[in-house]
Amino acid sequence: MTTTDVRYVGSALDRVDGVEKVTGAARFAFEYRPRDLTYAAPVQATIARGEIKGLDAGAALKVPGVIAVIWHGNAPRLAPSDAAELSVLQSPRVAYRGQYVAVVVAETLEAAQEAAALLRPEYAEEGHDVELRADHPRLYRPEHVNPRYPADDERGDPDAALASSPVVVDATYTTPAEHNNPMEPHAAIAEWDAGGLTVHDSTQQPSGLRGQLAPLFGMPPEQVRVIAPYVGGGFGSKGRAHPYVVLAALAAKQVGRPVKLAVTRREMFAVTGYRTPTIQRVRLGAEADGRLGAIVHEVWEQTSTLAEFAEQTAVVTRMMYAAPHRRTTHRLVRLDVPTPSWMRAPGETPGMFALESAMDELAVACGVDPIELRARNEPAADPDTGLPFSSRNLLACLREGAGRFGWEDRDPRPGVRRRGGLLYGTGVASSTYPAYRAPAQATARAEPDGSYTVRIAAADIGTGAKTVLTQIAADALRAPVALVRVEIGDSALPQAPVAGGSMGTASWGTAVVRACEALTRELEESGGRVPPGGAEASAATAQEIKEQEKYARHAFGAQFAEVAVDAATGETRVTRLLGVFAAGRIVNPKTARSQFVGGMTMGLSMALMEESVMDDRFGDYLNHDLAQYHIAAHADVPDVRAYWVEEDDPHLNPMGAKGIGEIGIVGTAAAVANAVHHATGVRVRDLPIRLDRLVR
Amino acid sequence: MRPFAYARPADARSAVAALGDGAVYLGGGTNLVDLMRLGVVTPGTLVDVSRLAADVIEETPGGGLLVGAGVRNGDLAAHPLVRRRYPMLAQALLSGASGQLRNMATVGGNLLQRTRCAYFQDVTKPCNKREPGSGCPARTGDHRNLAILGHSESCVATHPSDMAVALVALGALVRVEGPGGARAVPMPGLHRLPGDDPSRDTVLEPGDLITAVELPALPLAARSRYRKARDRASFSFAVLSVAAALEVDGGVVRDCRIALGAVAHAPWRAEAAEAALRGAPATEAAFARAADAELAAARPLPRNGFKVPLARNLLVRVLADLAEMP
Repeated sequence: MTTTDVRYVGSALDRVDGVEKVTGAARFAFEYRPRDLTYAAPVQATIARGEIKGLDAGAALKVPGVIAVIWHGNAPRLAPSDAAELSVLQSPRVAYRGQYVAVVVAETLEAAQEAAALLRPEYAEEGHDVELRADHPRLYRPEHVNPRYPADDERGDPDAALASSPVVVDATYTTPAEHNNPMEPHAAIAEWDAGGLTVHDSTQQPSGLRGQLAPLFGMPPEQVRVIAPYVGGGFGSKGRAHPYVVLAALAAKQVGRPVKLAVTRREMFAVTGYRTPTIQRVRLGAEADGRLGAIVHEVWEQTSTLAEFAEQTAVVTRMMYAAPHRRTTHRLVRLDVPTPSWMRAPGETPGMFALESAMDELAVACGVDPIELRARNEPAADPDTGLPFSSRNLLACLREGAGRFGWEDRDPRPGVRRRGGLLYGTGVASSTYPAYRAPAQATARAEPDGSYTVRIAAADIGTGAKTVLTQIAADALRAPVALVRVEIGDSALPQAPVAGGSMGTASWGTAVVRACEALTRELEESGGRVPPGGAEASAATAQEIKEQEKYARHAFGAQFAEVAVDAATGETRVTRLLGVFAAGRIVNPKTARSQFVGGMTMGLSMALMEESVMDDRFGDYLNHDLAQYHIAAHADVPDVRAYWVEEDDPHLNPMGAKGIGEIGIVGTAAAVANAVHHATGVRVRDLPIRLDRLVR
Repeated sequence: MRPFAYARPADARSAVAALGDGAVYLGGGTNLVDLMRLGVVTPGTLVDVSRLAADVIEETPGGGLLVGAGVRNGDLAAHPLVRRRYPMLAQALLSGASGQLRNMATVGGNLLQRTRCAYFQDVTKPCNKREPGSGCPARTGDHRNLAILGHSESCVATHPSDMAVALVALGALVRVEGPGGARAVPMPGLHRLPGDDPSRDTVLEPGDLITAVELPALPLAARSRYRKARDRASFSFAVLSVAAALEVDGGVVRDCRIALGAVAHAPWRAEAAEAALRGAPATEAAFARAADAELAAARPLPRNGFKVPLARNLLVRVLADLAEMP
């Protein structure tokens, strides 16, 4: 046994798979070539609601190389399922424009696409409704919002408190639908053999996907294998099964050959989820000094007719600031639209845009510095649960950020800093994200050659998961990282939760540490000798997590933005963005910085650009490509800096780590919007802040 | 993708001769190939004209520049004479697309770039430009980026090229080889307004091949600018753009050239603004009056009214910047 005193957790280890990725050796979902491979091209509905009355496959089948045209009239039957979105090609119903209604399988992708373009299903079209409104007659209160929070909460008497507050902010904010656009679009290869179904998928959770696919095909989970060692990005959209992967599996079953299906960028705008648009009314009642008496945060958002996805937009308002009186509500409406899904910090991101914009409006109304305002409303314990915070260093983030950003000399007056044709302004906002942990399993193995292999069905979606798990394992084993190999990205490995909710490292890491500790104990008991066949230990963390002491566990952060607004055109550019985070122990400063900077960049993008434009008459998102759906790219991101404060929180997990994947985005849009107000005196409450909101 | 034939003729004459039914010219392919992938155009034959001996930039006897249609946008932007004599053209080119695209896109192809209207690009939706008579959903739908000038009931699309806006301001001459021989089309005049036939973007006839663009000698253009208002700093199409050249003498505007982009089906020569400016004092107030003179004809749609103040502000800004130039 080689042991080391080096601590890898906390060190900036290079990515263990960096060379594979930059040399192209790493294989992504679409890059496998099983024998007898075929290609699938889906057909999407061109109506938003109605029924398919028929499909003439004649012309498509005549395209050379076409093997099959599959639609509900001839598709293999799936087991009945609650997951209506995944019951693909099982019924003539069309629930949204862009829904898969058929698929062509061919020897080549070109033939499949050509044939798919020839298919013109006959529809019986029905009137549709795709417009989210706060006065929609079919609004309802969901039983829960994600993951299982009550839809509404109330304490005290917020209406009376608002009525008697000396200062009241009452403003309505909107955020548009936004689409995940990971570098690698969704793709799958499905293959059936005697053992069952094997899927190469671009997924954030091999174990979970297996669990979602198996029942659809009436099989036990062991007969499904999901392989995803490399994933080219995923901001939540790859966190659950989407129809394409079922379609690939179903098509492969039908033709008896492996099927490749790549979701095009355009298709993604209908079939792989999106962040729901929101309408949010926030009311803050405060004393003249800014101390909050009441917070009311009401949210309206959409879901599809197929599934309820209830984004937890106002939940964050329950724990952020101290206020004796509070009400938060969520109302949903089922529209003839694609089902919304997860997108980086779902709930917190749009919710904090509204709350942190409103806090800035309150700061202006009270004439209190925005940082001081937040300090005056800092709660002693979690206002939602009453539990103590395991650690809460929001004010440390705000103060350290203020120093680094140069906040002290800030002139609070709006619209007075003009250089050339540009108006400059600065803004700040708080961030928070829960520090979740979910049960996981792992094995650790000592090999006879002195090396170690750690196995867990985690997914590395570009965050550096494989690297940080290597560091965590090396420390737990007291072994050099060079001797530790971590295997992930395969549902055949010990079961692991999703790379999502900023809980990957915390969840998988706990299981890895426990497995490594168990192995170390086992080896110590056998005198430090590795038997000729190697030694293996496993761990499962469900019990440990269940028994965890009750604390409110959240990461915090503060974002500072400087913007320049062109006085003539209203064009807004972020000139500086700076974030300081309190997220427990930082396992790898290098990959962590990338996560924070990436999150902040995505928040900048949300603030200034991202909007999926719905055409109510057609019922689909019009700007479904990257030429029209703008995301921040190189020239838009000149100066983004991320820092963190040291945080030693013993109530989290063996690493002392909170998640970092999402908190970077949370407050960014509000910080930018607040800076735009400071620059121009115009309060933009509807994202994105494009020039038409500012040109006069 | 539908199978298609591919031809690479040796010269312009044989290219024109090769262009039969269902054939289209292929320049850099940066727009055409995208449209083929989307099923918006389905040519039976691609006649590749990108490698014809049309990639030269040379001085003309009159002091202008002759630019071959096959010249890449990136090369044209970088040409020293273009940068010195026609800065608005270099700036327009550099504000378009990305470096990679500019290295592929050709001058001829860029003039013939199709609109970015979302309905035009989506074959599952009606569009009079793509399918005459099917309707124009943009007029009552999402037209934030579409026309405020010169549009019609049947089409509100805008021309997407930045380069073309500068060429209109410069009064470039487009040389065309057609089935009937060679001719020249002055700009503006190449691009049409939609009227009741938006399917035709230009006055070119079937088989016509752009072989070159001639830039006139225009000393005024040495003091010129192109400014593009856009939704992000990275590559994106114009929400609105201004190409302008200004000659000021003793505080008075002696001469000027102005064109607006992303306001109409064609790059828009602002003749009313030019007329209002000639002989006027070079002041912001006069620039604003000139802008108002041009924009009096604007008929914004419900969701793009902001383009009117945007055009006004941007034009005033560009003229003021030019007036302040040493």
